[in-house]
Amino acid sequence: MDSSPIEDGASSAAHALGVLGAQPLVGGHPPQRASHASSGPRAAEVARIAAKVEDGLRITPAEGLLLHDHADLLLLARLADLVRIRLHPEGRVTYIVDRNLNPTNVCITDCGFCAFYRRPGEEGAYVLEREEIHRRMQELADLGGRQVLMQGGHHPRLKTGWWAELCADLRARFPLVNLHALSAPELDHLAKLDKRPVEEVLKDLVAAGLGSVPGAGAEMLVERVRKIIAPKKTTTDRWLAVHRAVHEAGLRSSATMMFGHVETHAERIEHFERLRALQDETGGFTAFACWTMQPEGVPQQELYPSKATPGTYLRVQALARIYLDNIANMQTSYVTQGLKSAQLTLRMGCNDFGGTMLEENVVSAAGCFNLAPIDKLEAQIRRAGFMPTRRNSWYGIVDERLGAPSGPACREEAATHRAARLGKALVGAGAEA
Amino acid sequence: MSATPATSTPTSGARHAAAERVVRVARREGIEDLALKVVAGERLSREDGARLYRADLHAVGELANYARERLHGDRAYFNVNQHVNYTNICNKLCRFCAFQRLPNQAGAYWMTPEQVEAKIRAQLASPVTEVHMVAGIHPKLDYQYYLDILKAAKRARPSIHVKAFTMVELDQIAKKAKKPLEEVLPELVAAGLGSCPGGGAEVFADRVHQESYHLKISGEGWLATARKVHQAGLKSNCTMLHGHIETIEERVDHLDRLRLLQDETRGFQTYIPLSFHPENTEMADIPGPSALDELRELAVGRLMLDNIPHIKAYWILMDVPVAQAALSYGADDVDGTVVEEKIYHEAGATTPQEVAREELVRWIRDAGRVPIERDTLYQVVWSDDPSEATLGAAAPLSG
Repeated sequence: MDSSPIEDGASSAAHALGVLGAQPLVGGHPPQRASHASSGPRAAEVARIAAKVEDGLRITPAEGLLLHDHADLLLLARLADLVRIRLHPEGRVTYIVDRNLNPTNVCITDCGFCAFYRRPGEEGAYVLEREEIHRRMQELADLGGRQVLMQGGHHPRLKTGWWAELCADLRARFPLVNLHALSAPELDHLAKLDKRPVEEVLKDLVAAGLGSVPGAGAEMLVERVRKIIAPKKTTTDRWLAVHRAVHEAGLRSSATMMFGHVETHAERIEHFERLRALQDETGGFTAFACWTMQPEGVPQQELYPSKATPGTYLRVQALARIYLDNIANMQTSYVTQGLKSAQLTLRMGCNDFGGTMLEENVVSAAGCFNLAPIDKLEAQIRRAGFMPTRRNSWYGIVDERLGAPSGPACREEAATHRAARLGKALVGAGAEA
Repeated sequence: MSATPATSTPTSGARHAAAERVVRVARREGIEDLALKVVAGERLSREDGARLYRADLHAVGELANYARERLHGDRAYFNVNQHVNYTNICNKLCRFCAFQRLPNQAGAYWMTPEQVEAKIRAQLASPVTEVHMVAGIHPKLDYQYYLDILKAAKRARPSIHVKAFTMVELDQIAKKAKKPLEEVLPELVAAGLGSCPGGGAEVFADRVHQESYHLKISGEGWLATARKVHQAGLKSNCTMLHGHIETIEERVDHLDRLRLLQDETRGFQTYIPLSFHPENTEMADIPGPSALDELRELAVGRLMLDNIPHIKAYWILMDVPVAQAALSYGADDVDGTVVEEKIYHEAGATTPQEVAREELVRWIRDAGRVPIERDTLYQVVWSDDPSEATLGAAAPLSG
């Protein structure tokens, strides 16, 4: 309290009422020693850091860790909500109509936390036929979809040329659906297959119509952790370098974190710090999303003895909003964390519900589209007190209910890199701008 | 994150700082006057209560957390319990209920005393301290049946605390006994009744009673029954079913009436706001409360019910994220291991029907609180703080 000076009459008023002598009307056990409680031993430090956040100042890694370990969830929630309101005062919660499309599940990375992949030649391994991809894209386009999230395994033979041809084909057929595709580890994998720099891979993909890059594969951006959970995957430095190259190529990307496995609390902060530093440099991240490791059914379940509880997710998500002061949007992760957690996060820092992730189950046997999942998602947002609003991949508003679109409408308008804004880095992109 | 126990109790300075913060946050949101009352330990009026429902959630949360912390410090309670819903046959036709069945309807059941006994015996290997026994109003069950299921429970597990029969069931039992409840209660106690749960209160307002549960005892009837229970020396809980057709003013009225009875009897241990779950009920068109509404309901409960010691975030109906967050918004209890919840699962609850004791401990620790296993009457059964473990009756935690 010595570091939070009395600013006006409130505390003296409280004092006059005999705050410290006030007794509750019911008896309880005597107050117990506190750790997260507002009167705990670190309360003064926590209060000082909270005041910084309230004043719009950036917090340091040490301060982030102190909040992580000693701030009550209520305080983190309130501060994260403050930051969210500053950035998004309109009372909207955005989402995008999109679907997941995984052209292949063949992967040579062998991550022990992944239940999706198959080794080449293994039973269940697939590469989707082009007709099947078209069919799924058509469903999405018919529904007013704005984005397809295309990620797959690290297939040993699908090179940049295959992906570029796919991108160009889909852009020509479905001009309104943005290709949000190829996470950093996949781009890195393509560069290795091609034996050329990722910058050149990106040049080809951008020319073919790639519109933005998903933030997957970040897992934890800490080498000690990656060596345990994803030893064959792109390193931390490389993941960040690929995103830097993506931003320099004129594309925006998102950032993620998968936590609740072998990482320490300090390593969670380290992850935030790496992202914040790159964002200071490029401004290219549109959004951040995090989720807890889902250990059920993964190959190396023994590495993940217990699942992080929802309370930990809420705490880390709120802290992310506070720490990542330069990333505009926070996505809640309703698919992994459930709708209850998602509703709570709307008052704990998140302003975006992510994608609708339309999958096979939305298409009835008769081939008609079932909008129930979207209606349900909108109802959840409304019940939490916000206006559900449709956006595009660059967080521009594309919602007929709100009249004319606003914000960036395409990758060129969204680009943060100076050269990209001037159109210099977008080789061959003129046709679609 | 595990709660790191500190060695000292909060200093008066830290307490003062907490009060200052609460008042400052409240001022920004226009409820400074309410914060000053809470900090001074003064009672909030009905008008104050209505404002709590309309003010900023986090500001109300700060007030409730302050009030909770003053009573309970960092403690959060749970118990190892088991549910027995001895029948789902009911003639009350409440519109918000998905559990009820008519006597000849598919899925209707009632348990014999032997079946009740077997159900409790089946859990003997687990350190259960409480059986929570509530059910529908089956018009054909006689007085002796109720005595017999209490005895069956105690026979199966003599150490168990039987928390049984809502005010609605007690009303029915007295009718079947054809004598006043005052005479019935000692007989139930003799048969094994230890305390009473808080269900069946719904929303006391006559309008809500008429529109949604008119065949059941009224609000006044519920309170009169609870008074008799308390006068017989029994503790009970109390509840409110929120998020259907009731208004904010009707909720405040409900809380105020609970508070007034508590002033008189001191018999309520715990208040449990029950969220309306619409699925499979006659009111399926009403969406039910959001996770944020549930947090607010707990917070308002903590603030209005200044004379009821405990506020429970009943995890099985709100789900784990809300129960964990609730420990910062006024709640100090998350209920128990449960073992086979039926009533809310008929109404679409998707939570597991039971949970391991170790999981409850983790949830509470991850929410930044110190887990305390309690018995029904809030005696400490287990704590990782040796100074709290006064009974030490439970099995040690694995891991």
